[in-house]
Amino acid sequence: MADSDGRQVDGVNHATDKDVKLQEIALAKNEGKELTKEEKQRLRKEKKQHKKNKKDDKGPPEKEKEKEKASVPAPSKPATQSPAHKAAPAPVHASESAAAAEKPAKSKAELRAERRARQDSERTSKQGKKEGGQQSASSKPKATPNELQPVVKRLPEHVQVDDPAALKKLAKKLERQQKSGQGCGLNKTGVEVPLRSDYGYKVSLFSHLHQYSRKSPPTLQISIPATVIHPSIVRLGLQYSQGIIAGSNARSVALLHTFKQVIQDYSTPPNEELSRDLVNKLSPYISFLSQCRPLSASMGNAIKYIKKEISNIPSQCKEEEAKGKLQACIDSYINEKIILASEAISKYAIEKISDGDVILVYGCSSLVNHILCKAFEKQRKFRVIVVDSRPRLEGREALRRLVKKGIRCTYVLISALSYILPEVSKVFLGAHALLANGYVMSRVGTSQIALVAKAYNVPVLVCCETYKFCERVQTDSFVSNELDDPDDLIVTRNGKSHLENWQTVKSLGLLNLVYDVTPPDFVDLVITDLGMIPCTSVPVVLRVKNVDQ
Amino acid sequence: MIKDKTFEFKNGGDPDVASAVAAIRSLLEFLRRDQSETILGLRENMTQAIRRLEETDSSVAVSSGGELFLRFISLTSLEHPDLSQCKNVMIERGELFLKKISLSRGKVGKLCHTFIKDGAKILTHSSSRVVLKVLENAAADNKRFTVYVTESQPDSAGKRMAQKLRKLNIPVMVVLDAAVGYIMEKVDLVIVGAEGVVESGGVINKIGTYQMAVCSKAHNKPFYVVAESFKFVRLYPLNQQDVPDRFKYTADILKTVKDLNQEHPMIDYTPPSLITLLFTDLGVLTPSAVSDELIKLYL
Repeated sequence: MADSDGRQVDGVNHATDKDVKLQEIALAKNEGKELTKEEKQRLRKEKKQHKKNKKDDKGPPEKEKEKEKASVPAPSKPATQSPAHKAAPAPVHASESAAAAEKPAKSKAELRAERRARQDSERTSKQGKKEGGQQSASSKPKATPNELQPVVKRLPEHVQVDDPAALKKLAKKLERQQKSGQGCGLNKTGVEVPLRSDYGYKVSLFSHLHQYSRKSPPTLQISIPATVIHPSIVRLGLQYSQGIIAGSNARSVALLHTFKQVIQDYSTPPNEELSRDLVNKLSPYISFLSQCRPLSASMGNAIKYIKKEISNIPSQCKEEEAKGKLQACIDSYINEKIILASEAISKYAIEKISDGDVILVYGCSSLVNHILCKAFEKQRKFRVIVVDSRPRLEGREALRRLVKKGIRCTYVLISALSYILPEVSKVFLGAHALLANGYVMSRVGTSQIALVAKAYNVPVLVCCETYKFCERVQTDSFVSNELDDPDDLIVTRNGKSHLENWQTVKSLGLLNLVYDVTPPDFVDLVITDLGMIPCTSVPVVLRVKNVDQ
Repeated sequence: MIKDKTFEFKNGGDPDVASAVAAIRSLLEFLRRDQSETILGLRENMTQAIRRLEETDSSVAVSSGGELFLRFISLTSLEHPDLSQCKNVMIERGELFLKKISLSRGKVGKLCHTFIKDGAKILTHSSSRVVLKVLENAAADNKRFTVYVTESQPDSAGKRMAQKLRKLNIPVMVVLDAAVGYIMEKVDLVIVGAEGVVESGGVINKIGTYQMAVCSKAHNKPFYVVAESFKFVRLYPLNQQDVPDRFKYTADILKTVKDLNQEHPMIDYTPPSLITLLFTDLGVLTPSAVSDELIKLYL
């Protein structure tokens, strides 16, 4: 700022042609064309100073300061840049501009960074329309000169998993999260929130998904003790990635218990508000967990709930009280949405089980097992057929639990499905999530069972708690799924494993899908804690729930 | 007992009145004469009364109508300290409910008759007062159409329907229940009434409806159901077996006969996949919208 003012003063004193030159440069800047190196460096230095002065204070005060900063200098300043930055309400963007400022001074990289930052700001300003009417209004007229630049439509980051530029960006984002969590005191040899690299050849239809190997755990590069990530989160992440904790309910409950531990150990740093700082502390944890294993819909809803509860803590609340309140909230969430819900669902489901029934179940759903055990306790006479599939063989666990109760069970693999179905009177399926258009997302193989059951006119009942309902819409299993470790498919028989060297065969890909999506026409009834509803009424329940909240 | 007095209302009166409406009228009268001291006692007496009514007439509509009545009258703030004030509020709500449902048949008739085109051939099943109203409205609209009615054994209700239609000067032909497949290629649309509309969007109606629905699906003819909203019931049958026994047989048979397997059921369940549209006083609904309406009514 001072420099340009000085320069302008000089310009006044000196010859007019220099003045004209300056004005030309200013004009060029205003139209958003190529900036000169010096101008860019100066801008970056100012921003760095600015960030150092403010620490982690985000939100309105920063925006106001930026506004001031933008308004004070003469209109020759690159006005297009700063309002575009100030318009974005998200703190991520503010730190992104800092990150952009910290990149090495190579001209092409700079330009790309500035352009990307501008595009991100446009995107976030579009998202932030709800938050700042004024701000978005101010960003709109100033965003238009940006559009003179060729705006490249970019796919969201999570879809571009193989693009090296996107990977680099993700790595930077994770680094930034560690930095924001620590404030100034930096150090570290090891990466705190590690970026897992993909393993093996991916089938082209699923190349937009990550495929990790269980042999390279995400914690390889984490330093001990981990300062950014709480140790119980590290443990939880490992348990997820190694498959020790599996199953939608189990993962959510483990996550909530771990968050309770985190809140217990949390202490508000000085000059910070618990409601804002704790949410920011949770972000690197959540990124780490999603690196270990992509978050499930139920975990996503639980996290949304916790974040809402945290940000609703009044600022005058004392820390101990707030922590106690949060822990009570988490306990009541687990109790209401999972434990009591399963009791309610069992009550409804038992009405549908009559004496002499032959019930088919697939895999190991904690809810379905609970229902069957309860029905058995209520003296209903039925027998169960457990269908199982490789490579997880979860049906064995379900079989173990049911047999322990004393229920008569039969065990088949999914390839024998059409052989066994004429005997079956009902099919009970669990769900991982229920999508907003009525599709059921569940363990791979579920839609196959529903399809064959429909062909044999056997009623299909899906049991799902309401906290697993998610706003997403999906009509096929490709768009969003999870790829498990392909090495799981290698089977060793008689000491020989034929697929051992599958990596060497260039044209061979092993696909280990985890989820699939079942259309609502194959599902006859969904039993939730609100009652029995048809599959098409899921959006109504979502609407009612949102109204309640 | 008070209950016996109120039975007079039911069948002694207008045969044109739906049995559920008559039941609700008697429930309202029962509410007026009730002597209980507390609201809880009142509710218990009402539920008892509904059960007694179901014992006389075991149709689905009576059960659903009664439950909806109970819900409607208690769905208001009953915070008054005085019981008689609360009762007055409930009686007011009850009368409002009764008025609404008495008008519902007219509303359905108005909605549906526009779907009958000039020169249409309509197939209907057994005797339904709502379908009669619809056809009456269509005839009043100067539309020309022919009606085929199934005989609907074991009570030959179809013949009664044919008589009523002849009085309205509508050309009608009675067909055997077994001739539904034969006649399906001639007709343009199928309209049936309903005794109950279940949560899945399916309907419970006189035995033979399911057959007609399957036939119309095979011939790609639209299958319309006309029903008032008080017939929405909180049942979710998965198949024919899943419909509770108390609806399948008439009340006297339930009381006297030991082995129900020897008896013939009077109703069957038509799944929502076979129904094109439902005409109710809440509007024209697709089967999946029925559940939404039910959630609004009951939750």
